[in-house]
Amino acid sequence: MLEQIEKIRVAATEAIAAASSSAALEELRVSYLGRKAELTQILRGIAQLPAEERGRVGGAANKARKELEALIERSAERLDAAELDARLVADRVDVTMPGAPPRPLGHLHLITRTTRLIEDIMVGLGYEVAEGPEIEHDYYNFTALNHPVGHPARQLQDTFYIQSHPDVLLRTHTSPMQIRAMETHGPPIFIVIPGKVYRRDSDATHSPMFHQMEGLAIAEGLTLADLQGTLLAMSRALFGDTREVRLRPHYFPFTEPSVEVDVSCFQCEGTGLLADGSRCNLCKGQGWIEILGAGMVDPNVLGFVEGAGYDPERVQGFAFGLGIERVAMLRHAIPDLRRFFDNDVRLLEQFS
Amino acid sequence: MRVPYTWLREYCDPGVPAEELAERLVMTGTEVERIDVVGPPAPENFVVGKVTEAVQHPDADRLRVCTVEVGEDGPRTIVCGAPNVAAGQTVAVALPGARMPGGEKLRKAKLRGVASEGMILAADEIELGDDHDGTLVLDDALAAGTPLAAVIPLAEPVLEIEVTPNRSDCFGVFGVAREVHAVTGAPLGPEPWAEDAPATGAGRVEDFAKITVEVPDLCPRFTARVFRDVKIGPSPLWLQARLAAAGQRPISNVVDITNYVMLLTAQPLHAYDLDRVPGGELIVRAARPGEKMTTLDGIERELDAETVLVCDRDQPTGIAALMGGQVSEVSEATTSVLLEVANWDGPNVLRTSRLLGLRSEASARFEKQLHPDLTLRAQALASRLLVELCGATMVPGTIDVAAPPPPPRILLLRDARVTGILGMAIPQADQVAYLERLGFGVEVDGADLAVSVPADRYHDVTREIDLIEEVGRLHGFDRHLPTTLPRVGEGKVGRLDRTQRLRRRAEDELRDLGFEQIVGWSFTDPGEAARLRIEEPDGRADPILVANPLSDEGAAMRTTLLGSLLDVAARNLARGAEAVALFEAGAVYLRGAPPVEGGPLAGNFPGDTPAPATEPRRYGALAVGALVPRSWRGKGEPADFFSLKGALEALAAALGCPPLEFAPTVEPFLHPGRSASVAVGGAPLGWLGEVHPLVCRTWDIPAAVGFEIDAAPLLAAATLGEETFEDVTTFPAALRDLAVVVPAEIDAATVRAAVLAGGGELLRAAEVFDLYEGEQLGEGEKSLALALEFRAADRTLTDEEVDAARASIEAELTKIGGTLRA
Repeated sequence: MLEQIEKIRVAATEAIAAASSSAALEELRVSYLGRKAELTQILRGIAQLPAEERGRVGGAANKARKELEALIERSAERLDAAELDARLVADRVDVTMPGAPPRPLGHLHLITRTTRLIEDIMVGLGYEVAEGPEIEHDYYNFTALNHPVGHPARQLQDTFYIQSHPDVLLRTHTSPMQIRAMETHGPPIFIVIPGKVYRRDSDATHSPMFHQMEGLAIAEGLTLADLQGTLLAMSRALFGDTREVRLRPHYFPFTEPSVEVDVSCFQCEGTGLLADGSRCNLCKGQGWIEILGAGMVDPNVLGFVEGAGYDPERVQGFAFGLGIERVAMLRHAIPDLRRFFDNDVRLLEQFS
Repeated sequence: MRVPYTWLREYCDPGVPAEELAERLVMTGTEVERIDVVGPPAPENFVVGKVTEAVQHPDADRLRVCTVEVGEDGPRTIVCGAPNVAAGQTVAVALPGARMPGGEKLRKAKLRGVASEGMILAADEIELGDDHDGTLVLDDALAAGTPLAAVIPLAEPVLEIEVTPNRSDCFGVFGVAREVHAVTGAPLGPEPWAEDAPATGAGRVEDFAKITVEVPDLCPRFTARVFRDVKIGPSPLWLQARLAAAGQRPISNVVDITNYVMLLTAQPLHAYDLDRVPGGELIVRAARPGEKMTTLDGIERELDAETVLVCDRDQPTGIAALMGGQVSEVSEATTSVLLEVANWDGPNVLRTSRLLGLRSEASARFEKQLHPDLTLRAQALASRLLVELCGATMVPGTIDVAAPPPPPRILLLRDARVTGILGMAIPQADQVAYLERLGFGVEVDGADLAVSVPADRYHDVTREIDLIEEVGRLHGFDRHLPTTLPRVGEGKVGRLDRTQRLRRRAEDELRDLGFEQIVGWSFTDPGEAARLRIEEPDGRADPILVANPLSDEGAAMRTTLLGSLLDVAARNLARGAEAVALFEAGAVYLRGAPPVEGGPLAGNFPGDTPAPATEPRRYGALAVGALVPRSWRGKGEPADFFSLKGALEALAAALGCPPLEFAPTVEPFLHPGRSASVAVGGAPLGWLGEVHPLVCRTWDIPAAVGFEIDAAPLLAAATLGEETFEDVTTFPAALRDLAVVVPAEIDAATVRAAVLAGGGELLRAAEVFDLYEGEQLGEGEKSLALALEFRAADRTLTDEEVDAARASIEAELTKIGGTLRA
């Protein structure tokens, strides 16, 4: 009897190991462990055996049964995994098909990006940001900025006026906010003012609408040398750490002394020549690029806000006005000012 | 201002090439825009020639074959086309190898079979005026072979200077020479007006002329001299050359002299033919209101009461400072000249010039306000030239009608202030030297200086700060100015304020939602409102108008962002874009002063006077076509009302705003069935909707959907950055779906409100997730599916509690005609 059990166990073990599908395995389970199976019959017949054999035969049969059950269980897991793999392989996709498109990201306009860039630089230097109206009183745009009525300096900027309101205009610069800011806030004041400005001029280098960033710093003891240092810091942040700036005396009605500010050319490193020996096209061989106008705030301007604490004998400071498009054109090699307002999506998408 | 270099060097020769001088001028405040070269690029191969013989060309009617001595062993044969060429003339000759002004090299050539070994020059061929009619005839005293450059400047560098409005003195060559003297230290020659002409004529000037000034405020000084025996003719070559190089066309000696003196001294002058001024009488008066006058350009102009006229007894002869008169113009027949040198009120000249649309070399100088003393300088110099060059005799005396002169100006220049403003110290000796070279009188007073301002700089230098600029710029910012950074803030940090940060977040969100940011034109044409079907009395149909637009397209300030968005969308579609999604963050411009409180533009620095207009900053978006492109995974459905609604809700959510409120609305430019007003917390924001098909058709756009909302109330409702902690509950939620059948006209918001009302405190969320309208329902019915979330903070809800809430919801729905679907 024991031999018979062992024979069954060996045969079953071989058959189970050889089973190649879960269906075949199920057949083996029925034939070796099912109700009609030889081993099952043996176990059922144990009661008829002589008492001294019952223990050994029962133990061996049960052991064999457990062993086979475990074996079938393991084989089933093996066969299931193999069959799943086979199904998955059959269920393949063409991995070269395009990915499902997400909603495309848009882009900030280059003017926004450049404005933020300059704002962040100046915030890093300790400045706040202020904004003001674009339709402005003559007083703020001209008079309080030391352009008296009848002064030729008013001609420097061809101005759009508002119909039926001869004293109302589209601001020609962001400078009116110098006055509004100082009226509101006593010294010391350190602010930048981004915004749209308007001049009656239109060609490749002039747009009737463009953007400026005004800077205003008034406190005790500020000097032209401080202006130079501030602009140097800003220029290096904008155009590279090896840039230099130079101040050329100039004339603006609301600053004295006034300067135009050049930054050393970042394409030719200020040499005026490119690596191949040809003339640098960015600075036209000059080595310097004009970037902005600036100066020490004219005492007359402070006189207009003296009531707010701006005594020109006690406080002084500087102001500057930077063309935002100009900065963007230099940084991104944009050839024509008008491209900014064309809003061609093929260009908008280039700057993310 | 064009400054020929040889002319400049007559008064101050810096001893360096023009380019080098220009660099130094630029760094000290005189903007040299460029250096032009007038005449041939190099003086070689241009010589004086003597025509010894001129015979008819055998084969060409218009050509002569000339034999010309040019200082060589033998004469040269030169074929010449000028009608006036003749034997015995002294002429200017270009020899083969000469480079002509265009740059081309002159070669020997055969003209109709005759070899020509050079070229006899007309004036325009070496850029000496525009005369091409005949040979340039030179002084016979010149020897053949003399380099032409010894006679007239060749290859003349001309400094093109952009004179800033404060420097009226640099509108004269001598003023520029003084600046060169100050900048370089090179010696300055004597003032060209230092020597007056001898008055050798008979009688007194008062015998020939009478001047009356009725408006001394507008004409502070009027001087006049009289010259007789004037011989009108061409100016000498040197004078013509200077005028031509300076950009003035030589005309005749008298006119040329007035131009020359103006270009040298910055003081304009005017010559009258005395015989054509009845009685020699001139009256300076204001125009009568509405008075009309035909100016030299043939245009009849209406004048106003502040326009100043110079009149003779009978009629106006010219507009002061702007334009002379035809009647008394100097002509070839002139023998007596009345020379006017006047001073005018600058602002009034500027005003009149703008009013009449007239500008001249003279008005450009007068409008900067010249000092009255300049008049007699110009009289002296012009007189000497009239006597020397026109053979005139000067009648003794000068008529001088002058208001009291402006008082002398003496300014204190404090050394401490120089250092304090500039941040660099300038040694006193240097300060004195700079100012004296510029023509200022200086007296040392300890560390400080007492400085008297010369007439040329009287209206420019009025304060100490102006002197600080003078000494600073001459010391050289590029050479001496230190670079320092100020201490900023005094306890404050630089930062964006909260509104500014929120605005950046809003722009970023719209970008990430797939919209391209545009920057639209602030102006539009006045017809845009009509194209958007907006009609009065809607304020958006009444834009703020620009008085002097560049064109009709920029005549009105925009009242919507929608117009800009449609313009940009249409342009991109026309260029082949299949779909566009655009947004703009920008202002519109509305009549009336802005609100005192609130609004980003009120900002932290509003100033004392409210802005003249309201400029609300807005967010506008517009989508045409699919937001997600067509692919094998999706058809690329075109954006519709709900696409943009989702985007707008996402924007509000990004800012931490409470849910936006939408209600049906009517906007003339929107689809009447697909347009909503938008509000947050009850504050109106703007609109959302599909653009009306007629508006789309006007812009040639197939279909579009968009929104336009005010930034201020949206940002005011934002809680971003101000959130406070709220604990999360650990008890599970009970989730239930609900299908509600309601009459079709009941909107989803009403259904949801009823559900929320019925659900009570336990119902934490109810979101519509499906809509069904179809045959399984009755006529005029629709079914909405809502996902409900019940939750309590302190316990797990029982089925009984949830069922009770559901029953209560059902009761609420009954009130609006709704039933629960099985």
